[in-house]
Amino acid sequence: MLSFILRRLIIAIPTIILISIFVFALQKLLPGDPVLAMAGEERDPATIEYLREKYRLNDPIPIQYLTWVGNALRGDLGISLRTNQPVLELIGQKLPVTIQLAAMAMIFALAIGIPAGIVSAIRKGTIVDYVANVVALSGLSIPNFWLGIMLILLVSVKWQLLPASGYVPFDEDPLRSIQVMIMPAFVLGTALAATLMRHTRSAMLSVLTSDYVRTARAKGLSERRVILKHAFRNALTPIVTLSALLFGELIAGAVLTEQIFTVPGFGKLIVDAVFNRDYAVVQGIVLVTAVGFIAMNLLADIAYVLLNPRLRKQ
Amino acid sequence: MTLSRMTLAAALLGATALGAQAQTLRIGLQEDPDILDPDQSRTFVGRIVYASLCDKLVDITPELEIIPQLATEWSWNDDNTELTMQLREGVTFHDGTPFDAEAVAANIDRSQNLEESRRKSELTSITGVEVLGEHEIRFDLDAPDATLLAQFADRAGMMISPTAAEEAGADFGLEPICSGPFSFVERVAQDRIVLEAFPEYWNAEEILVDGVTYLPIPDTTVRLANLQSGDLDMIERMSATDMAQAESDGSITVERATSLGYDGITFNVGNGDRADNPFGADGELLRQALSASIDREALSQVVFNGVTTPGNQQYSPESPFYAEDYPVPERDVERARALLAEAGYEDGVTLEVQAPNDTDSMQVIQVIQAMASEAGIDISITSKEFATMLSDQTAGDYTASLVGWSGRVDPDGNIHQFMTTDGGINDSGYSNPEIDRLLDEARQSNDTAERQALYAEARGILNEDLPIVYLWHDTWLWAISDRVQGFVPYPDGMIRLEGVSLEED
Repeated sequence: MLSFILRRLIIAIPTIILISIFVFALQKLLPGDPVLAMAGEERDPATIEYLREKYRLNDPIPIQYLTWVGNALRGDLGISLRTNQPVLELIGQKLPVTIQLAAMAMIFALAIGIPAGIVSAIRKGTIVDYVANVVALSGLSIPNFWLGIMLILLVSVKWQLLPASGYVPFDEDPLRSIQVMIMPAFVLGTALAATLMRHTRSAMLSVLTSDYVRTARAKGLSERRVILKHAFRNALTPIVTLSALLFGELIAGAVLTEQIFTVPGFGKLIVDAVFNRDYAVVQGIVLVTAVGFIAMNLLADIAYVLLNPRLRKQ
Repeated sequence: MTLSRMTLAAALLGATALGAQAQTLRIGLQEDPDILDPDQSRTFVGRIVYASLCDKLVDITPELEIIPQLATEWSWNDDNTELTMQLREGVTFHDGTPFDAEAVAANIDRSQNLEESRRKSELTSITGVEVLGEHEIRFDLDAPDATLLAQFADRAGMMISPTAAEEAGADFGLEPICSGPFSFVERVAQDRIVLEAFPEYWNAEEILVDGVTYLPIPDTTVRLANLQSGDLDMIERMSATDMAQAESDGSITVERATSLGYDGITFNVGNGDRADNPFGADGELLRQALSASIDREALSQVVFNGVTTPGNQQYSPESPFYAEDYPVPERDVERARALLAEAGYEDGVTLEVQAPNDTDSMQVIQVIQAMASEAGIDISITSKEFATMLSDQTAGDYTASLVGWSGRVDPDGNIHQFMTTDGGINDSGYSNPEIDRLLDEARQSNDTAERQALYAEARGILNEDLPIVYLWHDTWLWAISDRVQGFVPYPDGMIRLEGVSLEED
């Protein structure tokens, strides 16, 4: 098991290097000059030149990249061109926000998607199945931004039940922190719930027709036990893979959701950084996101092994 | 399942406890400000925060008169090259450092000499600073500079604690320390900036709230929704298209003020090779034709619900410096066609205009496109993200650009740097010795009537040359909850909290 994890970690290194080179190059291809964006309305040439020197933007691009890598290896991801805050500090501020959003969205997704998938598999072809499918399709096809604005108008403006947007740190006021996050997490969670529901349904359907489920039923086990213990556990493997892959979708979805609900997380940070050509911030976020994504996939691989004893022997 | 059910239940139970904290004003901003260092910052939105955080040497009235703030009185010598100021006594910075003439000298030095300073161009006329006494200071100028007081009414005149500036250097903006009515508490990037009332403020009796929190919420609909739901007390730069929604809400008041800035089309008439196009160098007839083809009133009605002010000069018709001899022209398609013919383009001509890719700008340029086509001008639109557009414009890689200017208190700030040959932001590449002379002279005079005459004369020339076709002046819109009393709108778009109170829920 340990050598398995180690092997996976070693494979991850070139992936991360490639991603960082790719993003660095991509940013340099973007039109627009970060220093011009920083110089302000009155663009004093001396200040512009000074800033170029200060942020080493006059160096050849490969040198700029290597400088960045060198600093990153020493734990220094640079400072934001816009606010002078260290990138690492910014990420430290934003990461818990997006993790909370992603976790709450995942809770929504799992709590809606999996039971709905199981139920529609069991009741295949009935009205319950159709309704679940229609709801799932709607979840997939309703755009986040529309659902978000509608929820704000209805829940916050009309009924005044939840705050319209913003963020309160969990350790400051847990209750309010959850309140502000309910709507964004719900919006982000619904699209995932739909995907999860569809996959749970098809995984359950194929498992439910298998021999061991028929045997279990023949043994006289209760239907509840058959479904949860025998069928669902075996259907879980593809669902776990999917959940890990959905992490990427969560981060991507968070970009939009955080914009709508003004949640000061990773997604908002990266969008603003791209618009301001805040290179160091974009690069830092991509690095952290890539590492996170790889870690999630590694965790999923470990989870397979735990779920499926057959893989352990190999 | 149980967990999420519990969370939901807890949330709904707690929902009744919602509501703004008593006596802390919550203001929704359109963007997150950049670095909070008056010497380094460059955004409009940052100045809104400074209005509460950092006092300036002087301030303005809503009518743009200069009035005392940290300087109580001032006088010019006979040839207008020395400005002597008396400073307010008993003022301290938020860290306890006393405010005196030495502090002012240190501030001017920092604005002029800090490598990262963006204020250098605003203070170029100051060649020396003389501390005359604890509360008296003199500024020596290389030439008369009528704009200096207006600069002192903005970031160049904001006084920061010299002790803190010394310690923090270029990182001052991470924890700014000034002498304004509110002091800095914390900032979470893209989330909030929290300030609390400074008990030792010299004008503390005018400050009626305990604190103020600024929350950047870029989406205008969401910003308004937050105000309607009671999560905010006030929002700035409400979108003109949200006017109906705001006004139909019984508990919201909308305040407005015409901005000091302008919006229009800047032509490349001499900035690099691309000035070589029909509308560029020697293209004044075609530029006049385009101007004549546009119905400025209709533009304002169609795109901005009539909230903006149609315009044809660098400042709005409300400004005392507006040249009355050149009123906003009516649309005249016949004249536009005649001008086209005179320029040798009876069969029509094509113009490429770059515009920022936001909704309003796109609508504006499409409306102009439709109007111009009736006069035989075929506009092709290139939409660009703002940073890209700006860098292309500076580099001269454009023929025409739909772009605006946020405006300055002194009229010089709206024209000198754009239209003089060596102007810092003369992206148009316009050069005319007569204009240089008129605008330089206007900058050096402290006599309003004389300046008005000089600007009017310059307008006469620029109205023929039209390197910039001015179209409209924005209107600042603030939507304010009825809990808030005493807000006064200013044409600079700032939010001054003196006299503003908040009713408790």
